[in-house]
Amino acid sequence: MRPFTTLTGVAAPLPMANVDTDKIIPARFLKTLTRAGLGKALFDGLRYDADGNEIPDFVLNKPAYRKAEILIALDNFGCGSSREHAPWALDDFGLRCIIAPSFADIFYNNCFKNGLLPVVLPRAVCEQLMEDTSLGANARVTVDLERQVVVRANGEEIPFEIDAGRKEALLSGQDEIAETLKAAPAIDRFETQRTAQEPWRTPISLES
Amino acid sequence: MTSKTNTPGGVPAGSRTLFDKIWDAHLVETLTGDAHLIYIDRHLVHEVTSPQAFEGLRVNGRKVRRPDATLAVPDHNVPTANRDQEISDPESRLQVATLVTNVAEFGVPFIPLNDVRQGIVHVIGPEQGASLPGMTIVCGDSHTSTHGALGALAFGIGTSEVEHVLATQTLVQMKAKSMRIRVEGALPPGVTAKDMALYIIGQIGTGGGTGYVIEYAGEAVRSLDMAGRMTLCNLSIESGARAGLVAPDDVTFTYIEGRPMAPKGEAFTAAVAYWRTLVSDEGAHFDAEHVFQASDIAPMITWGTSPEAVIPVGGSIPDPAVEPDAARRANLQRMLEYMDLKPGPIREIPVDVVFIGSCTNARIEDIRAAAAVARGRTVASGVRALVVPGSGLVKQAAEAEGLDKVLTEAGFEWREPGCSMCLGMNEDKLTPGQRCVSTSNRNFEGRQGPGGRTHLASPAMAAAAAVAGRIVDCREYA
Repeated sequence: MRPFTTLTGVAAPLPMANVDTDKIIPARFLKTLTRAGLGKALFDGLRYDADGNEIPDFVLNKPAYRKAEILIALDNFGCGSSREHAPWALDDFGLRCIIAPSFADIFYNNCFKNGLLPVVLPRAVCEQLMEDTSLGANARVTVDLERQVVVRANGEEIPFEIDAGRKEALLSGQDEIAETLKAAPAIDRFETQRTAQEPWRTPISLES
Repeated sequence: MTSKTNTPGGVPAGSRTLFDKIWDAHLVETLTGDAHLIYIDRHLVHEVTSPQAFEGLRVNGRKVRRPDATLAVPDHNVPTANRDQEISDPESRLQVATLVTNVAEFGVPFIPLNDVRQGIVHVIGPEQGASLPGMTIVCGDSHTSTHGALGALAFGIGTSEVEHVLATQTLVQMKAKSMRIRVEGALPPGVTAKDMALYIIGQIGTGGGTGYVIEYAGEAVRSLDMAGRMTLCNLSIESGARAGLVAPDDVTFTYIEGRPMAPKGEAFTAAVAYWRTLVSDEGAHFDAEHVFQASDIAPMITWGTSPEAVIPVGGSIPDPAVEPDAARRANLQRMLEYMDLKPGPIREIPVDVVFIGSCTNARIEDIRAAAAVARGRTVASGVRALVVPGSGLVKQAAEAEGLDKVLTEAGFEWREPGCSMCLGMNEDKLTPGQRCVSTSNRNFEGRQGPGGRTHLASPAMAAAAAVAGRIVDCREYA
């Protein structure tokens, strides 16, 4: 996985609560076999009209935010489906950090598997950061994961919390499966013990 | 409602919640930070969230560690008509074909589209006896919470985690906080598990369960049959909760006994003895607790584009003008605009489409509830009404009871099993501006098709809307 260390980029405001994963990427775009290329479907319903033309008022269609790398939103971002296509689409568009007062659990978790950083900050701070974005392309924000700070355009540093294990994994870009496979002996022991204790756990079988 | 956030203290030593017990029994290792390596007993796989995971295994030369703990089925993309023909949408056809190829290559047990056991993954897991109490169950689908109805710790995961489980049969997890929701007393007549679940979401909000595993308790929950418990746990994710749980009891054990993959004979007896220990101990600590009265619950229906935007059928769509918070007011306005609604009573609003189906409400009990309303009545002119059973076996059982005839004679379409119009990945979708009463789980913008407007409700409410052609109180159609 690609590591996340420090990011300095344009921040785009999306002042909405409960931005669900159907809004981030509608189900009809999930028929793909790869992770790539979903950026054009990001926020489809908000971004395009019924004929597929861009809606000029939508933030990511505005010239100042077309290359945004940071998105600022309100509570419960990423609620709904478990589709990892949501972080894939954000990433493919170029957004690598989402700042919001709260995130839905599965979306939050999915971000870390893809080198995206979700940052939880109080609602008042998110609203302040959204006001900063009125500076348009000059609204450059820095997100420093190592130091756990968001740096506003005026230089003010805002600290944020993150789990130590998740931070380490993002910074190093480690392959989580490879890490877990190192624990194979422990998994083997667990399975052996369980099979002995609970013989009623029968395998999946479709023979009838 | 009464609510509190508990603080530790005064708890008998060793008292554990049902969630604690399942968690402890699956702990392989403690990792860095708050992370733990948790063993997964059952992994359910479908065509939409698995292709990239299998590809990841292939690229890295990895195998599926426990094919015998894995079960795959196509459901999200599949057509609900003309099953004798190949899937007409080329992308859907390719995604289903890719699943067929992947399960063959990796040796994963698979229920194909033409098998009578095919259906929505969350319907067939319990139906086949693959989902059992005390298990950890995952699937690349947020409504995996459904299986918590059996007293299993069941939750949705992303595709990277699907790959992780395929490769290692474990997941790196942080332990969620625990919440207990008690619903005391008996549900009034005509009020179902769906109404209870929507009521709870309306009370605690779509973010109210975030970070928690919810254990549902109280007389009204205990009195639910397994289908009702599955509906209730299914909707846990709509309050943001990772999982929902109901402690297993005789209702659970009776449901499980004799199912194809359930333990048999002495093994079943041994299993039940263990399953009976899967209850929260007296005095066990919950991080949060809510208590509701079943008598306060009426048939519910959503009016907005979030499941928390829900009211009793006799209630009124709220007026943004009286909302003091600017952000919330803007949100209410946006929802009303999208839904093309005005503040005022929700009853009598005309509907275009009715969808009865989904992992929330497509079990035989749900079909019976719809058929009970449909019997001797006719779908209102201009309304399209679909009934999509949750599995081939549900369909077969309904047909054996003659429910298909009742429904088709009333003018409902009787379809083949799948996720269908819950998320509109196949042909079953709303056209822009259509208003639908749906027994599914999400009323998000465009969920059932771009521009479609969804009102979530119970099967009886949906069937009543179909025959009335407008939103009505199902109790008047009993």
